[in-house]
Amino acid sequence: MKILVVLVALMAIAFIAYWFLAPHKESTANAQVGQKGQAATVVVKGGYSPQTVVLKKGMPGKVNFQLKDSTACLSHVVFDDLGVDKDLTKKPQTTVQIPTDKAGEYDFACGMNMFHGKVVVK
Amino acid sequence: MKLSSMKRFWISFVLALPMLVQMLAMPFSWMMPFYVPIAFVTTTLIMAIAAWPYWVSAWAAFTHHQANMNTLVALGTIISYTYSLFAMLTNRPVYFESAAFVAIFVLLGDAMEERMHAHAADALGKLADLQVKDATVQRGGHWQQLPLDQVKVGDLVQVKPGAKIPVDGVVVKGQSTVNESMITGESMPVGKQVGDSVVGATINQTGALVVKTSKIGEDTMLSQIVAMVKKAQTSHAPIQKLTDQIAGIFVPAVLIVAILTFVVRYVLLGANVVSALLFAVAVVVIACPCALGLATPTALMVGTGRAAKMGVLIKDGTALEAVHKLTTVVFDKTGTITQGQPTVTKIIGEEKEVLQIAASLEAQSEHPLANAILQAAKQAHVTQLPVDDFQAVTAAGVRANANGHLIWVGNERMLSDKQLSTTDQDQLTALRQAGQTVVLVGQDDQVIGMIAMQDAPKANAKRAIQLLKARGLKTVMITGDNEKVAQAIAKQVGIDQVFAGVLPNEKADRVHDLRKDGLVAFVGDGINDAPALTMADVGIAMGNGTDIAVESGDMVLVQNDLMGVVRALEISRKTFNRIKLNLFWALIYNLIGIPIAAGLFAGMGLTLSPELAGLAMAFSSVSVVTSSLLLRRAKIVGTTAAV
Repeated sequence: MKILVVLVALMAIAFIAYWFLAPHKESTANAQVGQKGQAATVVVKGGYSPQTVVLKKGMPGKVNFQLKDSTACLSHVVFDDLGVDKDLTKKPQTTVQIPTDKAGEYDFACGMNMFHGKVVVK
Repeated sequence: MKLSSMKRFWISFVLALPMLVQMLAMPFSWMMPFYVPIAFVTTTLIMAIAAWPYWVSAWAAFTHHQANMNTLVALGTIISYTYSLFAMLTNRPVYFESAAFVAIFVLLGDAMEERMHAHAADALGKLADLQVKDATVQRGGHWQQLPLDQVKVGDLVQVKPGAKIPVDGVVVKGQSTVNESMITGESMPVGKQVGDSVVGATINQTGALVVKTSKIGEDTMLSQIVAMVKKAQTSHAPIQKLTDQIAGIFVPAVLIVAILTFVVRYVLLGANVVSALLFAVAVVVIACPCALGLATPTALMVGTGRAAKMGVLIKDGTALEAVHKLTTVVFDKTGTITQGQPTVTKIIGEEKEVLQIAASLEAQSEHPLANAILQAAKQAHVTQLPVDDFQAVTAAGVRANANGHLIWVGNERMLSDKQLSTTDQDQLTALRQAGQTVVLVGQDDQVIGMIAMQDAPKANAKRAIQLLKARGLKTVMITGDNEKVAQAIAKQVGIDQVFAGVLPNEKADRVHDLRKDGLVAFVGDGINDAPALTMADVGIAMGNGTDIAVESGDMVLVQNDLMGVVRALEISRKTFNRIKLNLFWALIYNLIGIPIAAGLFAGMGLTLSPELAGLAMAFSSVSVVTSSLLLRRAKIVGTTAAV
């Protein structure tokens, strides 16, 4: 019995260490190309999924944020470089236009800068 | 149904009242009848209203391999709630209140965050409202009213006296004075004639103008100011990243400590399952970041409340932090250090006579200089002469007939071909060197006196700047005025450094440069100051400023009084020190509390049951709140402590 408890506990600790502390690959997705340009959707729930969105260079691009989290932390999305600070709670889906005239990366974060994601243009 | 955080907080708080009563009554060994069922029902509701979103968010974060504040909150509430459920079913002591109060305290923090955000958002709308919606444009040989977005570069636009100029452009016809104070902060109207450029959203005053459009849409000065404010508003405070990094390791670490506690108790020390579990739960409960979470918002609440009573509105927590490390305070000149309008500083010649002639001539004028003369005449109890044959001489002054004499007021051009006497000329030069605006007053072809006027410093500007310097701060003044005027004012109030002749859009750049040497506060008003206010680490807007300045500042002074700057900096410094003290205690409390809860000192008879851990947690929160409340008694210059 006690050995079993020790084993379970060790497994739990190993799992916690592995799950939270070890580095993990970030989720990435390409934008969907439509007739009017390209769009990607990011679901906001306990973080951003996918965390990285890839847009093609030279085609009008936008990222749609869908807020599915009701804690205050994720209620805003901020693109530092673009001067964008949008409140996601007003509409089910909030669109941010991304300039795609040159290749580059735009980081975005929640209003408190605790959660991060990025848009890659290439 | 979607409730705001504030509503959810109040509902939860009311639900938690019975538990609060029981917690307070515990030391007197009074037990509320039916306490367990009451606590069970109310806590279950509180979990559903207050804690559920954290559980959802924490789970989603978990799937992203992330642990954060929400994870701590979720774990704390879930473990104490489920343990209490188990305890209730097995007739052991319950700890529902821990679950309930953790959720409630954190929710309060969220609700306050929500409100701060809503406040900050309005600035851009106010700025954009300055823009007019349509313009009178020449099309096909006649004038027609068009919406602003149909105006093109090169279009001729007509501006009537008293109307706002709709576009940035160059005057091609007409002559007028324009009030540009909303863009330049300069209180004196600026004369405009053919060839001069004008800025959209400024107010045309005396004559009709025709303006050739040179900039539209996003290129206009106003739009550029809007864009600058927008960008400045989305920048971040770096310390927030650090706290998240701590939280990212803190949560898994606490979890591991809790598991180890259980194992060590149960396996190595041979405790029974329930006892070992109690230790583990105590660890999680006491590690709840409650005091940590309260440390900042309560101090902010009390500090900002106290500040508001002194006429200092603080809008931003990060600004408080910046005040702590401030090295330089930058002031706008017009309307901030000075009164914003000229007053008579010196009269040369027979005072009553000079004032009487000048006042009689200026009685009908709306010009700010005229206003200064009329004020001075009123104070000196000078009556006005009846005048007739009143004439304005372009770019020179005014003249009229009174009592059979020609009387006049204006500049040297009023003398036409005659020369000023050497003494008069010397006096005039000396006054102008000292940064004064001077008008000559004459009768027939004689100069009988001079009136010197200046936008003089505010009464307590000198003392405020002295106090700032006494605190080791460097004081700087930025102005669009010329070097002479700027130096004269700086000397009068004791400013360390002066930047004169700075264009409105360069003010933010100067602030940016100053930031290389340390943190900078900017004090100003007028929308031309908005970019500088946002660029500075701490933007302090004076209360008489236009709306946008008030919106862009991190702090707003209700009274147009420079002593307010001293008070604002002092209350900020005290509040931030209190936050640091609170965080220190909250951290120390965790550092000591966790080992005790884990039973490290059990050998010395020092242990914590989850119940005591819950109480200790509540106590730590109370002590943090008390510490924050002590801010009310802090001593601030020029005020008495609230009791």
